Amino acid sequence: MIIFQDVRKVYGKDKTKKVEALKGINLEVKKGEIFGVIGFSGAGKSTLIRCVNLLERPTSGKVLVNGIDLQSLPKRKLREERKKIGMIFQQFNLLHAKTVFANVAMPLVLQGKPKDEIKKKVMELLRFVGLEDKAHQYPEQLSGGQKQRVGIARALATDPHILLCDEATSALDPDTTRSILRLLKRVRDELGITILMITHEMNVIRDICDKVAVIDGGVIVEQGSVLDVFTDPQTPIAKNFVRTVLNDELPDSVKRLIAEKRDDQEHHIYRLLFKGDATNDPLLSTVAKKFPIDLSVYNGMVTEIQGSPFGNLIVGFNGPKETVDEAIRYIQSQNVTVKEVE
Amino acid sequence: MGTDWTWLGPEIIDSIKETLYMVSVSFLFAVLIGIPLGVILVITRENGILPNRIIFSILNIVINIFRSIPFIILIVAIIPFTRLIVGTAIGTTAAIVPLVIFTAPYIGRLVENSLLEVDQGVIELAQAMGATTWQIIWKFLLPEALGSIILALTIAFIGLVGASAMAGAVGAGGLGDLAITYGYQQFKPLVMLITVVLLVVFVQLIQSLGNVLAKKIRRH
Ligand SMILES: Nc1ncnc2c1ncn2[C@@H]1O[C@H](COP(=O)(O)OP(=O)(O)OP(=O)(O)O)[C@@H](O)[C@H]1O
Ligand SMILES: [Mg+2]
Repeated sequence: MIIFQDVRKVYGKDKTKKVEALKGINLEVKKGEIFGVIGFSGAGKSTLIRCVNLLERPTSGKVLVNGIDLQSLPKRKLREERKKIGMIFQQFNLLHAKTVFANVAMPLVLQGKPKDEIKKKVMELLRFVGLEDKAHQYPEQLSGGQKQRVGIARALATDPHILLCDEATSALDPDTTRSILRLLKRVRDELGITILMITHEMNVIRDICDKVAVIDGGVIVEQGSVLDVFTDPQTPIAKNFVRTVLNDELPDSVKRLIAEKRDDQEHHIYRLLFKGDATNDPLLSTVAKKFPIDLSVYNGMVTEIQGSPFGNLIVGFNGPKETVDEAIRYIQSQNVTVKEVE
Repeated sequence: MGTDWTWLGPEIIDSIKETLYMVSVSFLFAVLIGIPLGVILVITRENGILPNRIIFSILNIVINIFRSIPFIILIVAIIPFTRLIVGTAIGTTAAIVPLVIFTAPYIGRLVENSLLEVDQGVIELAQAMGATTWQIIWKFLLPEALGSIILALTIAFIGLVGASAMAGAVGAGGLGDLAITYGYQQFKPLVMLITVVLLVVFVQLIQSLGNVLAKKIRRH
């Protein structure tokens, strides 16, 4: 649906002021996916998303949207294609002088659609985002979350097949963020719209994205399914982001206990990572029955990533080395990741 | 004993009529020229939606030149042009030409400022929606800036009222002329007082009207 091929973007003309915002981006967003790009401020996220609808033109490289290279299109064709790409913004960008209704109607008015058709479509969209009673209010009378709902309704007015979200929830509080994310998920699930979103908040990625790419200094340093990146982040920056929502830092008391047991040849401590269904299985009790070893759980937590559970346990295995190794191999065969405790 | 004041009533009425005529016609033309000037200044600038360095620079310089000429000098300097347009350089109608030339660049600048206040995000939004340049101007830029433009026009209008008084120098008539002729040259303080009061009330009315309109339109 959206393909980046070695996209570079350099801002500024003269040498001293040049900023290389994107340094060769390659990514692919598949149809129906919610794809998140996460990075710190200045990493190049906005530049990246703006290269999709050419609010920013890449210095080199290609961006294909639905197979079309928008850069190759003449102005008029480009405007047509842009209508198929909805966009929402961190600051909502609502028209202050217009009512909610008129804001949502704007893309249709630009297309010269007949009045009754516009009215029907706008009311339908307002119902979808839960604002049908606010049609005749002005943006100043709305809360941040409501403003973003208007933004979403407006972005959907032209029945786009792609929705670009530039930090759509960054100006909102946690509760409102969750409700907007739920709405975006409905946009994908019920309308089948592909979503590319950029954010600096890992909880946004955790809650609704299928895929994630981590961008740093204009480079994608890591990408994959959200579950994979969360359970097994490769780069320090990805680890940091994961840590902001999954606190897998061990409490000091547990750390002390582990340190005490370190010299004990009969005691081995591992970190077990359960994804998805594996979380439901009574794995530990099976292991305890199957192998002549004692188990002690030092620390554990289960969170939800993308609607499926993810468990993180610190377990001590008490027994001879060979038996413990055998138990570990069994656990690994059950789709559970086993790691040394650092 | 006493002076005969009966002449004063009709004289004042005439002056008011002349002032209204001069100011409203000049204002109309100045707005028709000034608003497009402001729009062109905004869209042709470096980060505008239709950048054009040549047009921008030329307009910018021309406006600066006209804005720096004092009105009283402008009136005299463009006499040949005025004569070309209205056939004479004297009288109420003739005063309209310099008034327009004086006010239009001013409105251009004020409107430019109002348009620049519009959030860049709104323009990006319009572009992301696939709006044409024309649509961006008519459906996004001007409506979003309208409240601020109305306040700007109010300021320009009041400036115009002031300038129209000076136009008395070319026999333009109007309240300013009345005040100078009777109040200053013939030393009739009552006439001076009446015209000043009338001008103050008029300016106050215009300002209040502008404020009310702008407030109604401006939603933030
Ligand atoms: N129009 C511009 N002109 C010059 N440099 C720019 C421009 N836009 C962005 N940059 C620079 O490009 C780099 C990437 O900016 P970008 O806005 O893409 O980052 P971001 O990841 O969206 O950051 P944030 O989270 O702060 O929005 C930054 O160093 C920024 O200063
Ligand atoms: Mg940004």
